[in-house]
Amino acid sequence: MLDKTKGNAMTEAIRTEGLVKRYGTTLALDGLDLSVATGEIHGFLGPNGAGKSTTVRILLGLLRADAGKASLLGGDPWHDAVDLHRRLAYVPGDVNLWPTLSGGEAIDLLASLRCGLDPRLRDEMIERFQLDPRKRCSSYSKGNRQKVAIVAAFASDVELYLLDEPTSGLDPLMETVFQDVVKERVGQGKTALLSSHILAEAEALCDRVSIIREGRIVETGTLDDMRHLTRTSIHVRTERPLTGISRLMGVHDFEAHHDGGAFEVDSEHLGAALTHLTGFGILDLESTPPTLEDLFLRHYGDELAALSGNGATNGVVKRGRRR
Amino acid sequence: MSAWTGTPRLVRLALRRDRVILTVWLVAISGLIYGVISAEVALYVDEAQRLAGASFGAQNVMARIFDGPASGTSLGAMSWVEAYIVLAVLVAIMSGQAVVRHTRLDEETGRAEMIESSVVGRHARLTAALVVAAIANAVVALATTLVMVGSGLDLRGSLVASMAMAGVGMTFASVAALTSQVSTTQRGANGLVALVIGVAFFLRAVGDALGTVGPNGVEVISLWPSWLSPLGWGHQARPFYQDNWEIGLLYLGLSAVLIGIAYRLSRARDLGAGLLQDKVGSDRASSSLLSPLGLALRIHRGGLLAWGIGMSVMAYAFGIVGRSVDDFEEVSPQFVEFLEDLYPGADLIDIFSTFLMAMLAIAAAGFTLQALLRMRAEEASGRLEPILATAVDRRVWLASHGVIAGVGTAAILGAMGMAGMLGYLTGGGDLAGGWGQFQAAVVFIPSVLTLGAFVLLAFALLPRWASLIGWGALVMSLVMGQLGELLKFPQAVLNASPFTHAPKVPAEAFTALPLIILLVCAAGLSSLAVWRFRQRDLAIAA
Repeated sequence: MLDKTKGNAMTEAIRTEGLVKRYGTTLALDGLDLSVATGEIHGFLGPNGAGKSTTVRILLGLLRADAGKASLLGGDPWHDAVDLHRRLAYVPGDVNLWPTLSGGEAIDLLASLRCGLDPRLRDEMIERFQLDPRKRCSSYSKGNRQKVAIVAAFASDVELYLLDEPTSGLDPLMETVFQDVVKERVGQGKTALLSSHILAEAEALCDRVSIIREGRIVETGTLDDMRHLTRTSIHVRTERPLTGISRLMGVHDFEAHHDGGAFEVDSEHLGAALTHLTGFGILDLESTPPTLEDLFLRHYGDELAALSGNGATNGVVKRGRRR
Repeated sequence: MSAWTGTPRLVRLALRRDRVILTVWLVAISGLIYGVISAEVALYVDEAQRLAGASFGAQNVMARIFDGPASGTSLGAMSWVEAYIVLAVLVAIMSGQAVVRHTRLDEETGRAEMIESSVVGRHARLTAALVVAAIANAVVALATTLVMVGSGLDLRGSLVASMAMAGVGMTFASVAALTSQVSTTQRGANGLVALVIGVAFFLRAVGDALGTVGPNGVEVISLWPSWLSPLGWGHQARPFYQDNWEIGLLYLGLSAVLIGIAYRLSRARDLGAGLLQDKVGSDRASSSLLSPLGLALRIHRGGLLAWGIGMSVMAYAFGIVGRSVDDFEEVSPQFVEFLEDLYPGADLIDIFSTFLMAMLAIAAAGFTLQALLRMRAEEASGRLEPILATAVDRRVWLASHGVIAGVGTAAILGAMGMAGMLGYLTGGGDLAGGWGQFQAAVVFIPSVLTLGAFVLLAFALLPRWASLIGWGALVMSLVMGQLGELLKFPQAVLNASPFTHAPKVPAEAFTALPLIILLVCAAGLSSLAVWRFRQRDLAIAA
């Protein structure tokens, strides 16, 4: 792992070691090691059911881990829950509110119970997220309920924000506002853990990301570090037909075109590949660095392949049945 | 596509969702009827004893209120009078809740939106809910017919009895179809159904209490208020005595009218909307809301108010009737003898207060349970999670709801006692008798608190089962209070109910010890609940 901040407890807002959580016979967390440095936005990425919410709930002391250690802002999330919660704010992914309370009341309530209602911040957030605080919670749409939870969290000036798929249901405009707010807070030295499956959001916001799969962290690091470990795709047009490319170190999936070709190359061999290309007279070259999606799919590629395989089979079966 | 397209499919879906709960209802109702018939068989060995029993029941005002009008001396008729009102209330709740579950609850949770976006007619959901209620009532009627015929009762009477029960069920299913259009929440719709059940019970209680004994001495001719109540009609069908089939037409007519109105309302409104419009709230919270206790108070105040007013009105009305027991001494020396055997040396009016308040206290425990089980709803729906993610200690959260449930219970029983006293005074009674009404109510506070503490522990230990355990315990208390002596439960079983242990003041002398023991039990169970709740994981999805 490429974790350069490891080792010093003072700079870590969150640290878990070997967290295990079972629900009956299901293993939700299978030895999860997560480290979030103070002052960073840490992306916590994985599909539904990978264990993101379970981890966040353990960090909040709502669930108890079966094994492993967790520390949050230097304290124990289970034993020191109340004291720690004064210093953090939480946005759940599925917000359910009291139907008879207005949005404004729910915001004031949640922020006050945290002992951190800052009226100035509250008004600013309501303004920025364009929320009508007088409507009853029962009449809010999903996106507006989500806004209530976001405003309630950011109405407090706390050290740590635990954001569990916070933008589900928000429109793109509000998503931008959300990203701005998170950046501002982290700029002021706060820390945020952003659990998400929206990779563009993580790419736009996060300093570092951890990818979780089946209850374990399979990769942690900055996006740059992770990109370094993966491949760049190259599309090239040349004067002469390309030869000898597939024999080069680190080149994959070469496809010859009539006026050039396309291939992928491991980042550390990019230089050598380009040198080789110059011998064919480059007319045009397009290089695409790996997106977070590519990084993510490296860990989930097999699952994806299995899923599309199944999908295709199902489709055939269904069509067959209809006839 | 017609307005009913998709109904059969929705019926199947609803039956699949309800297969456990409807089975529980079916078994409970059939079991209860079987128990009552067996008990009656054991109680009266010959016609002479049944005659004595029936004439006693005809003259006894309390029997008229809680059992209904006596209708002859046959085994079937006496069993029916004994069992009917409890069964009718259970069937009404079963049917009403089933309809609300498949109409308003689905809208509240958003399931209805998904359903209506598919190939489903405008009336399909409401119709499916009513069909499910009809199926449930038909099955219950079939089962009770089999139980009655199997117990040796005649087929004709059994069919009339079952018809009356199904009639009650369908009437309250129709009431629920209507309340589901009016209220925007499941809680509200069920609450309105409960209110209608309460009013119906009260009307027939008054009509039966003020009725006259027929010339044969074993029949009560009810006064007109009984005929205003769909619960009263089941008595007037008088199975195994007169077998009044025509009563079925009353049920049919009322259900048809109610369903017709429900369809009209349903057609006129948007999905998710009710007749009661959402008001705009305030943009800031008042400082009284900003604590765990403040939130709990806000959550429970509606229920507290509704229960307090409902139980007080009931107690006030019975208080007015209470005075008339005094005239009873001349009418039925036999009845007086019976009571004096039960509570030697006690005043008749005091005995009446005791009986009445014991039943009302068990009913008032409904608030306690509703308030405590709301905690489970908060947990399961995910509203507790953000609260516990703030600086609120789990113990504080639990205590805030517990305190409101406990103090609220005491307040409701106190208000009930005061209302009973006022009613008694209004009816021309003296202060001493009125004071008796008050005592009879508040003496049950420790019993209800103990039941509440038991439910709290169930919530802490087995959150997913808390609701079933809680309501099961209340129904058991009710059955023991109403039918316990008749069904000859062993004392050990009766002792399991906290209501058994309260001193029956003013009929009996006041003793503090059992109350202290009950309070210690309540404190012990609550402490255990707090301890366990601190240890456990939140159980978020239901």
